Amino acid sequence: MTKPENEITWKDLEIGSIVTEPGNASQYKTGDWRSQRPIFDSSKCNKKCTLCYILCPDGCIERNAEGYFVANLFYCKGCGICATECQRKAITMVEEEE
Amino acid sequence: MAKRIGIEVSVAISEAVKLANADVIAAYPITPQTHIVEHLAELVADGELDAEYIPVESEHSAMSACLGASAVGARAFTATAGQGLELMHEVLYVASSMRFPIVMTVANRALSAPLSVWCDHSDAMSVRDTGWIQIFVENGQEVVDNVLCAFRIAEDRRVLLPVMIHLDGFYLTHVIEPMLLPEQGEVDKFIPPNQYPLPLDPAKPVSMGAFAPPIIYTEAKWAQEVNLRAAKKIILQCWDEFGNRFQRYYSPVECYHCKDASVLLLTMGSFSETASMAIDKMRQEGRDVGLLKLRLWRPFPFEEIRQAVKNAEILIILDRALSFGGPGGPVCSEVRSALYLEDKKPKVIGFVGGLGGRDITPEGFEEIVNRGIEISQTGSEQEFEFLGVRE
Repeated sequence: MTKPENEITWKDLEIGSIVTEPGNASQYKTGDWRSQRPIFDSSKCNKKCTLCYILCPDGCIERNAEGYFVANLFYCKGCGICATECQRKAITMVEEEE
Repeated sequence: MAKRIGIEVSVAISEAVKLANADVIAAYPITPQTHIVEHLAELVADGELDAEYIPVESEHSAMSACLGASAVGARAFTATAGQGLELMHEVLYVASSMRFPIVMTVANRALSAPLSVWCDHSDAMSVRDTGWIQIFVENGQEVVDNVLCAFRIAEDRRVLLPVMIHLDGFYLTHVIEPMLLPEQGEVDKFIPPNQYPLPLDPAKPVSMGAFAPPIIYTEAKWAQEVNLRAAKKIILQCWDEFGNRFQRYYSPVECYHCKDASVLLLTMGSFSETASMAIDKMRQEGRDVGLLKLRLWRPFPFEEIRQAVKNAEILIILDRALSFGGPGGPVCSEVRSALYLEDKKPKVIGFVGGLGGRDITPEGFEEIVNRGIEISQTGSEQEFEFLGVRE
């Protein structure tokens, strides 16, 4: 969409709210649902196991420039699966307000 | 010129769908609608109608298949009744919200339990708020004419909404009427080709039925509401043009002996024919009674109703459906609500009757009028009168 969501009027919508711009779901911020966020401790991560990357249901974990895994907080919903599954306890969930 | 022929109303509907050159028919048989889709299956099998006929496993699937067909720009038709309409319920909202111009005839039937295959309007009233254009017809000719109009209205670029035509099960579906079926050439001129503006197309991908977060949903619903209300103008234009071409004219509210009538009776569907016999008799006896036939149910014809009743003192409304625990029949509730803020308005007296195929004779309608006048003078402890129940 060319306009920000909060400026779209009913007249701007296509008939039946059809989405004519392919792939624009990537612009949808799902990160604001989160009540907890994952903190990655790179000193415990071996950069190889990829469990957090594979098991993230949102597919929002990516490698940073140094090769460590981090969550993209624009999409991360804070489910905590990465923290539970990490065998090296490198990921901890902290409350958003902290 | 069209020839007058004797034909079963259900079969005539199928012939109208053929004349409209439907591309896809997805259907599941259910009494009293079955003959419509049965004859369509024959027309397709015999090569008389070049369409995809999809015999689905349920009404939910019938409507879903119509959605898919409509999404690629095909002209889709289905028919159902009673429990079948209930089973498609959630998909009806999807059809109107996604703005697919599907046409459906509903052979009105009472809802279980107890099991009843006979007519009333319980099924129609349960889908009142689904966002479809809804038309109630009085006889076979009206169904055929309005099926043709329905495709044109639904597919109009300014409308793009599904249309439901309600006809009374058995009273209309299973009777043979003398009818005029227009000729193919005339219908082709009346219904332009379907050109859905944003069909599914691999060359121009779109997403249909995507989810809407709270920041968009309200806008989506308002767009739909504005659109359905605005459709009335196009419906009226379509009926006018139909009348000019085929010499049969339709209106949202039809008035029968309403001018100067102080007492008006309002009915929907095939009851209107029977009620008009009662009105004829009472008129001959010098009584100033008239009949309003409500044809366009959605979008609701507020102005036409207000105009039609403004000089009447008593308005008696017969509902063929019960709103359990509510203020009366749905039609009575809505008309009463439409008149509430008017300075000059008739007393509105509600009746509920004709449920599950219970007949009301012309004498019965006369009794309704007499009882309605009585209640308008004495008042009633009940919100509405429940007709003919044995105590």
